[in-house]
Amino acid sequence: MTDTSTTSSRKHTAGALDIRNIIGGLIGVYGVILTLMGIFGDKEGDKTGGVNANLWAGIVMIVIGAGFLIWARLRPVVVAVPDEPADGQDSAG
Amino acid sequence: MSVPTVLASDTLISAHAVDYLIIALYFGVVIGIGVMAKRQVSDSLDFFLSGRSLPAWVTGLAFISANLGAVEIMGMSANGAQYGLPSVHYFWVGAIPAMLFLGVVMMPFYYGSKVRSVPEFMRRRFGTGAHLVNSISFAVAQLLIAGINLFLLGSIVHALLGWPLWVALIVAAVIVLSYITLGGLSAAIYNEVLQFFVIVGGLLPLTLIGLHRVGGWDGLTSGIKDAAGANPDVVAPASQQLNSWPGQALTGFDSSFLSVIGIVFGLGFVLSFGYWTTNFVEVQRAMASNSISSARKTPIIGAFPKMFIPFITILPGMIAAVLVGEIADVKAGEKVAGGASGEGVAFNDALLYLMREVLPNGLLGLAITGLLAAFMAGMAANISAFNTVVSYDLVQQYVVKDRDDDYYLRIGRIATVAATAIAIFTATLASNFSNIMNYLQTLFGFFNAPLFATFILGMFWKRMSATAGWVGLVAGTASAVAVAFLSEDAFGSWSTGVIPIGGQGAAFVAAGAAFVVDIVLSVVVSLVTKPRDPAELRGLVYSETPREDLVDADEASYPWYRRTLPLAGIALVMVIILNVIF
Repeated sequence: MTDTSTTSSRKHTAGALDIRNIIGGLIGVYGVILTLMGIFGDKEGDKTGGVNANLWAGIVMIVIGAGFLIWARLRPVVVAVPDEPADGQDSAG
Repeated sequence: MSVPTVLASDTLISAHAVDYLIIALYFGVVIGIGVMAKRQVSDSLDFFLSGRSLPAWVTGLAFISANLGAVEIMGMSANGAQYGLPSVHYFWVGAIPAMLFLGVVMMPFYYGSKVRSVPEFMRRRFGTGAHLVNSISFAVAQLLIAGINLFLLGSIVHALLGWPLWVALIVAAVIVLSYITLGGLSAAIYNEVLQFFVIVGGLLPLTLIGLHRVGGWDGLTSGIKDAAGANPDVVAPASQQLNSWPGQALTGFDSSFLSVIGIVFGLGFVLSFGYWTTNFVEVQRAMASNSISSARKTPIIGAFPKMFIPFITILPGMIAAVLVGEIADVKAGEKVAGGASGEGVAFNDALLYLMREVLPNGLLGLAITGLLAAFMAGMAANISAFNTVVSYDLVQQYVVKDRDDDYYLRIGRIATVAATAIAIFTATLASNFSNIMNYLQTLFGFFNAPLFATFILGMFWKRMSATAGWVGLVAGTASAVAVAFLSEDAFGSWSTGVIPIGGQGAAFVAAGAAFVVDIVLSVVVSLVTKPRDPAELRGLVYSETPREDLVDADEASYPWYRRTLPLAGIALVMVIILNVIF
């Protein structure tokens, strides 16, 4: 659902500033931390009702984080740097 | 496992090193974004509206994330704990239809007229009278709501570290201040999108584990039935808590027919349309998008995740009232010492207690991060909207005109600091309410309901005059305040109880009164005063605006899933299905 269709002569890719990279990176790192907690940490089964919650949440978050990173890699956002907003319509009134 | 009473010196939540690591990581990233965004801030349009360059899915998530603060998380879980399932009306009746209406009907006017704030739209449509009234009431409302966010933020810090509430409030205020001044709206919107994922990452496991512990949906319903059966005079009947309609537990009305009317008209129409379509904090997110098509899709894309947020806010509240001893006791009408604020357990604490009860360290840190992020972002959104209105709508318009951009940017930063300081005081007001949602809905009735009435009339009736604009607003707000004073508890202990309605029904009635008074007075005043020249109303009034000004020429070439109307239609069908199921 990214709007990559803006037309302008001056363009560059968003790179690290692309929000998807930031989301993917942070969620992925959280996923790794939780997975490690799930494997090595206290399972605290009395709280969770016997489910290894950290492990499961960690795995899901790694998958989601990776998904965002791959999405950003496959369809990079091209940022136009126009002087005015790119839609170029007349102001009404 | 759970300790029945928490001493003042103990902390409610015991976080470990890994939890602090998760919190620290988040704030490291947030500050990093702020620094990166700051390099890109060039002029004042950039600072306030992100230079209108963001795609629709980003602004769409920011749109609901800006609202996913105190209101949604603590308020809705408090509501869930106290009233049960009828709280979903705040989403499926009280948000989605209005969000779709904003995207389909109203957004083209906002985006197309290139205004920088909602009050600026009022000025173009009605002139300075209505503009001044709206700007001031808006600024006041933002300060009061920022206080709610700050209060909740402070109570988490208190729950986590055990600091006295006033110390926690000041520290939280300083953190929010540095967060805003580092990057303006660009960083705010980025952070809101990031925060959305962190919140879901924290609340979804909380809900699932909680549901597992309580014995699934069946365990939850039987728990609620038992609790309602044990204390029939304090707790609403289980049948009212487990079905969303007619929602008498929520409105406090005796008649189920009036209750439905109250929800549909008071909440669904006046309060929700008033909130979503005129709340600048929300609209500002859409105005930061890169085209009129993206601006229209912003609230519509936001509607999809919004539909499912009740499952991670209201549901944990309901679970907490069954699973957590302290919350169940509060629900049964007992006073329990402790609580996040240190002044007794309140429904507002439902989520924190549930977190302590079911989350292992690690996930606990993630949930705390999500809450901290939400309240910070919520308060930041209030304050950034406040500084936009103060610098452009009040100072530039009425006090110091014709200065360069730098000057108003500087005023904006001063306003930010002032607002943060004032929020510390409004936070102590918010701390007087056990269920923060009651307070918030009362405020919305004062500020948003009359604004919506004036807006909608002015947008579709070209005859409406400038005088009618401000008279309607003032009278609408005054009548909502009057109803709140006369009701049982809409104003907390200040209400007189002359009108026998309490709960959130009082807020609905106040909002309805504001709306009706505003419309009636506006029509009457318009008929006896001079209308505006139709030529000035292009882009502002529906009948005076050519169709091509309101749509994006490119949109017809997009596939269906990127067009405004098909997306809105799908959202509407989904929300109707949800209403039928529950």
